[in-house]
Amino acid sequence: MTAISESGTPRAVAARPPSGRFSSLETREALTGLVFISPWIVGFVLFSALPMLASLVLSFTDFDPRAVDEIHFIGLDNYVQMLHDPILIQSLGVTVRFALLVVPTTLAFALGVALLVNSTLLAGRNVFRTLFYMPMQIPIVASTVIWIGVLNAGNGWLNQGLAVFGIQGPDWLNSTTWVHPALVLMGLWGIGNMMLIFLAGLQSVPTELYDAARVDGAGRWGTFRNVTLPLISPVLFYNLIIALIATFQYFTQAYVISNGRGDPARETLFFNLNLFREGFAFFHMGYASALAWLLFVIVLALTFVLFRTAGSWVYSGADR
Amino acid sequence: MTAPTSALTRPRATGSALRRQTRRFAAVSGVTLFAIVLVSAFLMPLAYMTATAFKEHEQLADQNAPLFPARPATFEYEGEAYPIYAVPTEAGIREWALIEPHREDAIFIDPANPEAGPIEWVGRWRTLEQVRHVELTFENFASAWERIEFPRLFLNTIIIAGLSTFGAVVSAICVAYGFSRFRFPGRNGLFLVMLATIVLPFQVTLIPSYAVYLQLGWVGTWLPLIVPHFFSNAYNVFLLRQYFLTIPRELDEAAMIDGAGPLRILRSIIIPQAIPAIVAVALFHFFWAWNDYFLPLVYLQSEPDLQPLSVGLGRFTALYAGDPPTLQAAAILAMALPVIVFFLAQRAFMRGVVFVGVEK
Repeated sequence: MTAISESGTPRAVAARPPSGRFSSLETREALTGLVFISPWIVGFVLFSALPMLASLVLSFTDFDPRAVDEIHFIGLDNYVQMLHDPILIQSLGVTVRFALLVVPTTLAFALGVALLVNSTLLAGRNVFRTLFYMPMQIPIVASTVIWIGVLNAGNGWLNQGLAVFGIQGPDWLNSTTWVHPALVLMGLWGIGNMMLIFLAGLQSVPTELYDAARVDGAGRWGTFRNVTLPLISPVLFYNLIIALIATFQYFTQAYVISNGRGDPARETLFFNLNLFREGFAFFHMGYASALAWLLFVIVLALTFVLFRTAGSWVYSGADR
Repeated sequence: MTAPTSALTRPRATGSALRRQTRRFAAVSGVTLFAIVLVSAFLMPLAYMTATAFKEHEQLADQNAPLFPARPATFEYEGEAYPIYAVPTEAGIREWALIEPHREDAIFIDPANPEAGPIEWVGRWRTLEQVRHVELTFENFASAWERIEFPRLFLNTIIIAGLSTFGAVVSAICVAYGFSRFRFPGRNGLFLVMLATIVLPFQVTLIPSYAVYLQLGWVGTWLPLIVPHFFSNAYNVFLLRQYFLTIPRELDEAAMIDGAGPLRILRSIIIPQAIPAIVAVALFHFFWAWNDYFLPLVYLQSEPDLQPLSVGLGRFTALYAGDPPTLQAAAILAMALPVIVFFLAQRAFMRGVVFVGVEK
């Protein structure tokens, strides 16, 4: 950036205060600022930095919290074990397959709902926004309980509804084929935040662009494809990253429907559920630490790859 | 805007305006109707939950029972209760009590006129439709309330969520104030580090923290669920800082000239100006703490008496899998408070969420 003001003359560099009197003021300001942020600094060291380091160290041990005295360094054994752990490989496969199903579905649904509740043709928009957001406030365990009932093979409403059309519904939560689609249905209840972020994105699109597109004779689809979508691509990108990270941390629904076991046939043994079981059911905490680091690496890699590809599809405004 | 073009074109303009209005009205009706259908399907599980929670257990076993809570109507005749059926007769459909079923005929009694005595009806009574009355039962709520020990779980949740929200809000205000109003070396670097912790999966710090809390004797207490929140959370700080930056600095400077110190400025200038953002952060955190399942499960697995509602309800789900009415009643109990708070604070809350959205 060049320091040229509108009149063309170089902008005056702010006069540095003479040192001495003012620098003590500056020191005081700096100290005050540091005092105010100190809760975070202390918290970061105590609850993020040190535990992170410790978890890295633990991932090279056979740490079991019930026998703290018998902790051994086992080198890369935990990481080698991962390569041969069929249950871990199963849990990774389950998580990836689920991500491929749930992420696009929820993104599309959230965007669709955001478009709907942003439409000037919708009467009572705020009411609809609130209603679509509302399930976010229901504790996940409670909403899972509700869905367990709805998806019940016998007297659940979904299968009773399908029966009206002569369709025999599956036993959703106990079928290896249908349990993922069932969890996707449950997941649609969690679109609230995504929807509002899309909504904020939609509202930041300048209306002149829509007018211009209309003048150019673009139809609804054309306008959406060429104006809306590129302009909201940054929020789409943001939602995509958040949704992917959330899938790798998916836990509560899987734990509740399968009583913590990951049934049927380990089809709901998501990565995070497996980590929980290794750490807090079997107390293989060294191994669980290694799993946590694997999770961290996966999340970082996903974020990194997405950021690298973002340039080609995320619109970042006119060249600045 | 320029003045209207000319008086000559007016009549035609009015006509097309009317047509435009009609078209617009049709479009609005169509879109709104679609939204109503969609939101009804979306919220259908809530209807299921409500209907089931008010049902008697017998109704679930009954294949022909309606979706809403209802009880078969009966009529007491000579000391015994008989089910009522809708019986087609020459005088139209009558609701009669079945007192003596046979294969090809049956004996009924007319509850409206029992003195008339038994009526013989020819036909298969099994094809008749049983009469039911809508009837809500509250016993599922009573049994859920007792069996999950609702008052205790509720109190536990209130204390955990309340204290951790208090800590999160106070610390986030302080840290956001520090980041938004003071210059100090390394400020931008520290801020970036803080933002980076948002992406850090909590599992990475989970196991060492657990080990340390175990050594401190904190596992099996509320401390691990409350204390860390007094050391601020990146997301809350980020939101508040963004908001604090929009508060004009001139206000601080005026107060400073009047001799106010940093704490005083925070208390009497920044906080009052930032109430909407603070409310949003508080609500966010409260809902998060109310709903959290993983951490309470980890730290309170073996302490049923200290568990919050989320974990208690999870435990209950496993135990009462075969008892949908009680389960659904328990789900209603567990979601009541956050949903009520949400509807009360809905405006402030939605603004807060949209604010975060815009800033991202």
